[in-house]
Amino acid sequence: MTAKNQRLMLVVLALAALGAAAVLALSGLKDQAAFFYAPSDVAGGLPAPDKAVRLGGMVQKGSIRRAADGVSIAFVVTDGRATTPVTFSGIAPDLFREGSGVVAEGHFRPDASFAATNLLAKHDEKYMPPQMAGKMHETTTLKDTR
Amino acid sequence: MATLHALANPARFLRIARPLTPILWWMGAALIAFGCWAGLTQTPPDYLQGETVRILYIHVPAAWLGMGGWSGIAISSIVFLVWRHPLAAVAARAIALPGAVFAAICLVTGSIWGRPTWGTWWQWDGRLTSMLLLFFVYLGFIALAKADRERGGDGRIPALYGIAGTVLLPIIRYSVVWWNTLHQGASIGLTGSSIDRALLWPLPFMLLGFSALFGAIVLMRMRAMLAIAKAEARMQRRARA
Repeated sequence: MTAKNQRLMLVVLALAALGAAAVLALSGLKDQAAFFYAPSDVAGGLPAPDKAVRLGGMVQKGSIRRAADGVSIAFVVTDGRATTPVTFSGIAPDLFREGSGVVAEGHFRPDASFAATNLLAKHDEKYMPPQMAGKMHETTTLKDTR
Repeated sequence: MATLHALANPARFLRIARPLTPILWWMGAALIAFGCWAGLTQTPPDYLQGETVRILYIHVPAAWLGMGGWSGIAISSIVFLVWRHPLAAVAARAIALPGAVFAAICLVTGSIWGRPTWGTWWQWDGRLTSMLLLFFVYLGFIALAKADRERGGDGRIPALYGIAGTVLLPIIRYSVVWWNTLHQGASIGLTGSSIDRALLWPLPFMLLGFSALFGAIVLMRMRAMLAIAKAEARMQRRARA
């Protein structure tokens, strides 16, 4: 084996090791690097009530209830397998609406409901012009739910 | 392999690079100008994001070149380590700065988009954090390559670093698949795109334009580096005489 082929072999081995390292990092950090809990993640056991966590999922259609004070809202987050009721009082982002993704920051209460201190809208990978969206999606804005 | 060997000859490389630089430069400028005009005036707004969707015409090419730049550094480093072509080390050094700049553009435009869309400038989510790491890894490469050169090193240490840094590329790519992240999944895949065609069509122009511009910058930097090396060698010869 010439020196050049030996170096080539070493580089190939190094790349294979790096690929394995990336896979290990991706799978090993799955729990730690998760940005949020999904409702079905916490079905088995709740994180400690005073621990600050994030809850993510879709806002269930028809679940947004606005309180009389005008800033408090209650809604249900679902991931298709489980649901979690959430309460929040404050300013929700523009893209927060029913049927859309949401990430709520806050903590779980002992009764498995979630008290949010901040809301982030999660956008999906679909992009389309408004005329088309009107035909394909029934979009409910905050104005409609008021 | 024959073409690679031919290009490894600096004189032959310069003969090709000299006319290619302005071609890439003007091609990139024209494509970007057209892409900007199309993206700003000819496409409809998005049904949810409104006008902020237009940031994607800069954000996506910048992300693509931020990661593509590191692939270029990795390939150059492998060619340098295995075949010992000095020009490959020059290419890796030339790519590092524009690669870092495009990674930074990706991070800044993403942040500007995140404020109205997500409601936050920055979150430590898997995709955002791994891209920020890539930016820091670029800075590390720039510093390491400079230090290695100043100390008269043979370029092997930055080349090894260039290969090691590739570990981030699959992590960035699959962070949105394997981890749950605030950042959405990939819109454009091999099988199609979940971006509607009415919104998507200026993007290929911007991608091509940014890539041509990137190529022109890399060629310019390589030519400048070769000229500096030549001048240094001449000074040394004169000092000895």
